[in-house]
Amino acid sequence: MWVTVLQRTAILAASLIIASVVVFAVLAVLPGDPARVALGVNATEEAVVRLREQFGLDRPLVVQYADWAGGLLRGDLGTSYVSKSPVGPQVADRLQVTGILVLASMLVALVVALPAGVVMAVRHRRLSGLLLSAVSQVGVAVPAFLAGILLITVFAVRLRWLPANGWTPPAADPVMFLEQLTLPALSLGLVQGAVLTRYVRSAILDVLHEDYLRTARAKGLTAGRALVRHGLRNAAVPVVTVLGLQLATLLIGAVVVERVFVVPGLGSLLLDGVADRDLLVVRDVVMVLVVAVLLVNFLVDLLYVAIDPRLRRAR
Amino acid sequence: MTAGATGTVLRVRDLAVGVRDTDLVLVDAFDIARGERVGLIGESGSGKSLTALAVMGLLDEGLQVSGSVRLAGVDHDLVGADDRRMARVRGRHVAMVFQEPMTALNPTMRVGDQVAETMLLHGSRGSRSAARSAAVDLLRQVHIPDPEQAARAYPHQLSGGQRQRVVIAIALANDPALLVCDEPTTALDVTVQAQVLDVLVSGAAARGAALLFITHDLAVVATVCQRVLVMYGGHVVEAGTVQDVFTRPRHPYTAGLLAASDLDAVDDRGRLRTIAGTVPAAGHFPDGCVFRNRCPNAQDDCAVAPPWTGPHQASGYACHHPVPAVAEVGRG
Repeated sequence: MWVTVLQRTAILAASLIIASVVVFAVLAVLPGDPARVALGVNATEEAVVRLREQFGLDRPLVVQYADWAGGLLRGDLGTSYVSKSPVGPQVADRLQVTGILVLASMLVALVVALPAGVVMAVRHRRLSGLLLSAVSQVGVAVPAFLAGILLITVFAVRLRWLPANGWTPPAADPVMFLEQLTLPALSLGLVQGAVLTRYVRSAILDVLHEDYLRTARAKGLTAGRALVRHGLRNAAVPVVTVLGLQLATLLIGAVVVERVFVVPGLGSLLLDGVADRDLLVVRDVVMVLVVAVLLVNFLVDLLYVAIDPRLRRAR
Repeated sequence: MTAGATGTVLRVRDLAVGVRDTDLVLVDAFDIARGERVGLIGESGSGKSLTALAVMGLLDEGLQVSGSVRLAGVDHDLVGADDRRMARVRGRHVAMVFQEPMTALNPTMRVGDQVAETMLLHGSRGSRSAARSAAVDLLRQVHIPDPEQAARAYPHQLSGGQRQRVVIAIALANDPALLVCDEPTTALDVTVQAQVLDVLVSGAAARGAALLFITHDLAVVATVCQRVLVMYGGHVVEAGTVQDVFTRPRHPYTAGLLAASDLDAVDDRGRLRTIAGTVPAAGHFPDGCVFRNRCPNAQDDCAVAPPWTGPHQASGYACHHPVPAVAEVGRG
């Protein structure tokens, strides 16, 4: 077990180093000089050179990388080329917002997918199961931003039950926070929930045909209790795989949905950074997203080992 | 019958298993006495496993069952009982050993917990710790080396033979009156088949449990069973003591099975004997006698279903043109 954990940790560390190099390199070779952008087209060549020196952009790329990566390790994300303020606190604020949104969406997806998937699998030959299948198929086909616009139209504009956009920190006004969180979390979560439902369904269907489920019933469990006690944990392995991928998808999906609902998360910070040519902000946000995705994958790998003893190498 | 009604553990009457308008199993009657070991033989597709699953109440929900299956100690008919009531019967009054030990155990649960679970479900051990130590005892009884260690192991850490011993331990845990075994040694290496069989039979004998033993290995039936039922096309076509049926088969199908399992006997062309043709797909058996399209003795009157010939349901055959009673069959 510990062998596996150490192995996965080593893989995580290696992935992080490679990812940081790639992120740095891609943004370094992009055309467009941050100093020139910051000063505008009318600036003198002299002023641009001075600013490049000030930003440290005149140094070799290797030194710049070491400076940036070393800062990341210390939690120092550098100072914005545009706003001249430190990037770290901004990213931390935005990460918190996006984190809440993504986790809330995942919760919505799970609350939808687990019961729906199980019902679809257990009743796969009956009308109720087929109807649920059809509904989830529609859900899979709808992009999150479209779901968001639909939700705003119905619940915010027509029914006026919920605010159409905005963000309030949970500490400031918990009720307002929940009201504003609901629609973006639903639009991200329902779509992912529809996808997840189909994986839960097929995982449960596979498990339903397993011999050990019949053994469990032969021992004196009803079909339902046999599924809960012996089936769910075995069905969890493929579902956890998909959950990991979906968390990554949600992080990226949040970029778009934050735009739709005017939520000040990492996504809007990233898009603002791109618009302002604030390369450092873009680089930091991308790196934070990459780290989050890699961490999720790392946790998924550990979860596999926790769920399925066959994946543990040594005892 | 070999035992009086009071000594009967299992009583099956007019058992029919079907899907839509196709009958897959039509068993008129058979009984199993307390502690009796009965073999159920026949080719794949003859309805042996369906019969066993019907007794267990574990048939796929798409199948229709009718008739009557009564079990000693259970005050309701097993046919038509809902899953909740059957769950209280399964694992306590009747238990089952399956064919495939590699997949019969939950891969994510420790072996000891899987054995203990069936005792906890039926309340035969008061506490979790009592059930755990009883599980270790059971693992010792089925001759698993180092049972304490095995109880903490996951199934993938045990061999196929050991896993089947675990399945047997689960089946024996609550001292059931009847043990249904569906090809329990078929998937095992020949080297461990005899040992596992021994554990199974002695474990059942120690508890006075009757055996319904499904197999297509006639040698196993000859060693394990006292009585045998021969199934073909969903029907019991012959029944009797192992001695009678194996030495003096009356139904041509039984005779064919025996001839086919005799690896010394060859036909005129020097090949091993077989039964002509193949088992038809479900629902494609001929009407009348189900065996008549493969039977060497078949005549026109076989289009009418043959009645049971014999003193009672435990001994006799269903055939219009049986093999002569004196013939020694299959000895070329």
